Amino acid sequence: MAFTQRHLLGLEGVSAEAITSLLDTAASFKEISERDIKKVPALRGKTVINLFYESSTRTRTSFEIAAKRLSADTINISASSSSASKGETLADTARNLEAMRPDAIVVRHPSSGACAFLARHVTCPIINAGDGCHEHPTQALLDCLTIREQRGDIAGKTVAIVGDLLHSRVGRSNVHALRTLGARIRLVGPPTLLPREFAQLGVELHTRLADGVRDADVIMMLRIQRERQGSNFFPTLDEYSQYFCLTEDIVRLAKPQVIILHPGPLNRGLEISSAVADGPYSVIMNQVTNGLAVRMALLYTLVARHKAEDAAHDLETPSEPLRGRGVARA
Amino acid sequence: MTIRTRIAGGTVVDPVAGTVQVADVLVEDDRIAAVGAPGTLDGEAQVIDASGLLVLPGLVDIHVHLREPGQEYKETVATGVASALAGGFTSVACMANTNPVNDNSAVTQFILDRAKMAGGARVYPIGALSVGLAGERMAEIGEMHRAGIVAVSDDGRPVMNAGLMRRALEYTRMFGLPVIAHEEDDNLCCGGVMNEGTTALRLGLRGRPAAAEDVMVARDIALAELTGGHVHVAHVSTAGAIDLIRAARARGVAVSAEVTPHHLFLTDEAVGEYETNAKMAPPLRSPTDVAAVRAGLADGTIEAIATDHAPHHPDEKDVEFDQAAFGIVGLETALGLGLRLVAEGVLDLPTLVARMSVGPARLLGLPAGTLAPGAFADLTLVDAERRWKVVGRAFRSKSRNMPYEGWDMTGRVTTVLVGGRVVHEDKAGTPTLRVAS
Repeated sequence: MAFTQRHLLGLEGVSAEAITSLLDTAASFKEISERDIKKVPALRGKTVINLFYESSTRTRTSFEIAAKRLSADTINISASSSSASKGETLADTARNLEAMRPDAIVVRHPSSGACAFLARHVTCPIINAGDGCHEHPTQALLDCLTIREQRGDIAGKTVAIVGDLLHSRVGRSNVHALRTLGARIRLVGPPTLLPREFAQLGVELHTRLADGVRDADVIMMLRIQRERQGSNFFPTLDEYSQYFCLTEDIVRLAKPQVIILHPGPLNRGLEISSAVADGPYSVIMNQVTNGLAVRMALLYTLVARHKAEDAAHDLETPSEPLRGRGVARA
Repeated sequence: MTIRTRIAGGTVVDPVAGTVQVADVLVEDDRIAAVGAPGTLDGEAQVIDASGLLVLPGLVDIHVHLREPGQEYKETVATGVASALAGGFTSVACMANTNPVNDNSAVTQFILDRAKMAGGARVYPIGALSVGLAGERMAEIGEMHRAGIVAVSDDGRPVMNAGLMRRALEYTRMFGLPVIAHEEDDNLCCGGVMNEGTTALRLGLRGRPAAAEDVMVARDIALAELTGGHVHVAHVSTAGAIDLIRAARARGVAVSAEVTPHHLFLTDEAVGEYETNAKMAPPLRSPTDVAAVRAGLADGTIEAIATDHAPHHPDEKDVEFDQAAFGIVGLETALGLGLRLVAEGVLDLPTLVARMSVGPARLLGLPAGTLAPGAFADLTLVDAERRWKVVGRAFRSKSRNMPYEGWDMTGRVTTVLVGGRVVHEDKAGTPTLRVAS
């Protein structure tokens, strides 16, 4: 069954079939970015707004390139250049943008729930590009796509997610998606950043890195934010890295064919050693490439449906209509 | 000339005696003259036909925010009083977090003047404990006491300085004023916006742990014990706090507590998908906590239901969850929710009425909550059978921020008397006022 929600606000509650459908669509889109002319007319005449209230290089660029490769017009708005700096409320900003008839709004915002809030105020699809500590669904989708590519079926795989789970939207989205797809999840971090309530989401909790990664198929490192130092979540970054930095010695405890993911940006030497980040197990650059495909798939799925309800058939066979409509080829 | 009014044939609930019986209430001028069997109270009087209605002592809410002076766009003393009357409350105590803060007798007097102009319900200001609610220097409690405050409190600002709390509990003994405390440790809440737990984790919202309340209640019980002062725990919300208060009361410590209707009915799951009308402090808690506050209310550990009526403009709620204002309005839904507790068997009717009248009145020493001869003739008449739906835009309050929109209620206030005068009538189902010949 295809992904049928109007918005992508999070992955909690999204079915395995819907996630798989998005991943399948994304896989079919990867080839476009390998062409000489990296552009298809799927979203020609559509407008995608990137509304970013937090700084971002990777995600914003990825969404922008994704939209452009589908021939959509893209507009980037950042908080510092927007009316937010003049005191406009999020609701008013949303209403004004909606009045310009965009076909999708991609939102990153420091407040958890900001995307759900916007979805109540506008009718066009809202795509969550990270809201506070809540979710970052496209990151989890690209992680799932990467795991699936590298290690096959996600069901039954053991995935260790290491770091600041308390504040991580990447961690939350991955917990939801990977659980739904049948992975065994271990969350690893200091107890201050690993609330016990996570156990109720059906995951294992570990405070020792070695226990968490032992025999794991996948190790996903989360970024530790430097400003957490000083809030007594841990004494110093140096001490944190002594306990939770992923080094080659630790990686050896995992399965021989383990893959290592990181959402970026990397804190080299803090949560991940350079030897690991740049080593043979690292699939970090594959993640970035897959991020583009996932965002293309999502924009295509949400925008094409939003504007043309009769595209239902297309959604079931996403790669067909592209060829059928004379996709440009090199 | 004495004006005599007979409230005839109603089912009179006396929370002091614990009785429910059909009786007449005779009012002379602004006082209750007698309560007696129907037809036994003779003499010429205008008659209010209360047959089929409950006759209650006027309800008392010791925790409301009337927002005046300073935030009249949310509520004024006049609209707050109208809201109170519509909800059956004839006495309200209003919190000090106005602008300017009610930390001096001039502001106290201003609020009382506004209340006099508004008429209707009796308004009792609560003075700030510290200057500007800043938690540093004690406010001029004695001067405010002279002007008419009935308690001191820094309201939503927990008194983090234990030394200041100790001195306040000692000093207020001189005036017999309770110290009302918002019991949440700021250092444990540190910017939290809802109850710490699975829902907060799922939503990625920063939590306020129940322990933040427990540790402050434990501290202030110890300080009440040390000083002999009276600490009143505002809007108690955790099972841990209830246990502490119950044990302290058993050994004679002067600690009391109130609970809000929302902490009796809602859990943190009401936050759902970032519902800002379920955002308040202390936050909605777990089902275990709801069960504990219900039990505490039933066994008398909690002596008062208080609404923490907190009006906010829609612009302060229709924002990102972490940006939204804390608090909900409650005056016009409290009795309906209270009657639900009776329907659900949590309390019997006289106990509910006690917790909403004489209980809170005694805590602050207010002349209310009793039907004894000589008491103020403040009476609330309720059609206990009448079903209605909560519609925010029909509220008398200026604000509608609450999570009960569309809820079905049974039991509605029909008529309210303050000082023997009818000050509120609900249009549908109002009993007829007639002069007996």
